[in-house]
Amino acid sequence: MLYVADMRGNLAKAFELANTQMFRRTALPKSYTDRLGHKLFLFLLTVQGLGAFALITLGVILKKSGVARSVMQPRVRQEISRAGVALLPMFLFVALALGFLVIGQTVSALAKYGATDYLGSTMVIVIVRELGPLLTAVLVLARVGTANVIELGTARALGEVEALEALGIDPVHYLIVPRVIGMALGVFSLTVYLIIGALASGYLFAFLQDVPLTPGDYFKQIAEALGWLDFALLALKTIAFGFFIAIVTCYHGLAQPLRLEEVSRVAVRAVTQGVIVCVLIDALFIVLYLVA
Amino acid sequence: MSENQNIPAIEMCGVNVAAMRDASLTVVEDVNWSVAASEFWVIAGQEHSGKSDLLMLAAGLMLPASGNYKLFGTDAKNFGEAELAERLRVGFVFQGGQLFNRLTIVENIALPLQYQKNLPAAEATQAAQSLLELLELAPLAEVTPPNVAAAWRQRAALARALILKPEVLLLDNPQAGLGARHLQWWLRFLEQLSRGHECSGGQPITIAATADDLRPWKNERRKFALLRDKKFIPLGAWNEVETADDPVVKELLAVQLETANLTI
Repeated sequence: MLYVADMRGNLAKAFELANTQMFRRTALPKSYTDRLGHKLFLFLLTVQGLGAFALITLGVILKKSGVARSVMQPRVRQEISRAGVALLPMFLFVALALGFLVIGQTVSALAKYGATDYLGSTMVIVIVRELGPLLTAVLVLARVGTANVIELGTARALGEVEALEALGIDPVHYLIVPRVIGMALGVFSLTVYLIIGALASGYLFAFLQDVPLTPGDYFKQIAEALGWLDFALLALKTIAFGFFIAIVTCYHGLAQPLRLEEVSRVAVRAVTQGVIVCVLIDALFIVLYLVA
Repeated sequence: MSENQNIPAIEMCGVNVAAMRDASLTVVEDVNWSVAASEFWVIAGQEHSGKSDLLMLAAGLMLPASGNYKLFGTDAKNFGEAELAERLRVGFVFQGGQLFNRLTIVENIALPLQYQKNLPAAEATQAAQSLLELLELAPLAEVTPPNVAAAWRQRAALARALILKPEVLLLDNPQAGLGARHLQWWLRFLEQLSRGHECSGGQPITIAATADDLRPWKNERRKFALLRDKKFIPLGAWNEVETADDPVVKELLAVQLETANLTI
């Protein structure tokens, strides 16, 4: 029974969500300082909730890695497919567009100064380190994260979470863990494909613009501009993006009792917070690049 | 079956029941209730009298706000993840079924077995087939719950609860929204479960069901209780229910309603 209480604690008590909701519903105070304090307090409660949810999810991933494999493995595969494989056609298009866009702007700027030799390294800085991972994260958030909130919010509103608990199935294990793993691996893989596609389409566009650069020189520039740190931080950053997008969207969908009419509003809030979290993670990695 | 027949399956002493959706709200106070093995209880009450919350507490889905609750002789507070198997001796059927909408009926039924025993999907599905046949759900096996009528969803929820072979079965208002044919089937099947059915290896299952209409539950073997004004009032056997002077009991027996209709 305490087991179920623990599971329910995972979903509500640990995050004091009841308090968060009550706080949301109270009327805003009139004075600006009070209003600022209200917003700040709400922000801190959300950070606390998200942090606790992330830690609980990590705990469940580690503790229950071998539990119910026959159920969990297909679910993880399904989530990898949903947050990765199914998005490949869209990412192929985005990769083409991104390569054209960055090269188009860069070539015209670099050509003024006769610095087209820096085309490869510019692509590395812009696409590998920044735009590729961030754009992937935002697109996955929009396509899969939103669906997460709606699916989980609806499941919560229809009492499916209580049904799982009654059957002795931990909702965090069954509903959240596959999504977190699927999205972390999905964002990582899609970023790699996006970067490769954008770099290739970038050269294609440079070739069409008559830039005097052979494919060998172009890819040599890129290879020289890339260091081991780029690969390590790219992997870490994309996995962090995927993990936290899943945490934010699942937290909003599952960790609070919802009525059906609240689901759409919660989805909007989750996407906003997801974007903020991605930008914060990106800022953190910029600092890491600068320090390293 | 329980190892010791003398230990009550469910034993509540001075239990206060909080609302599932709002733990700060007490919906039933000072519950003293003991359910022995193979008993069949019907707990009646009007809407929002706390029937579902009481049943969810009995199923171990939440802890009592205060008081002592023992499930198979073990204090609820001592239950941890290691005692999950003990808790799964209780099956729960929600009002409306609360099936998983993305899974088919057969997947819904097989899921608990597949998850708890880590069985391959084919093996769990095979185990679910006999329950599908028994509950006349076979034609709906590959259909998802939103495309199934409510009465059949309710049956699928019963099958899902039975697949883990529980010793205690808790049913939240199983008669709600059922037509006469389905209602008769439910009453007959629950009685068979209570007396011992092949799906439970011939062992009698302890049953507690909530109801907002007492008339269909008339049976001399069953025990009845009433939830009124946040109180849990044991009524006893059917003959005591019929002679009870409580206005809520009369309403649940639809005596007043029938009288009113006659007057009109």
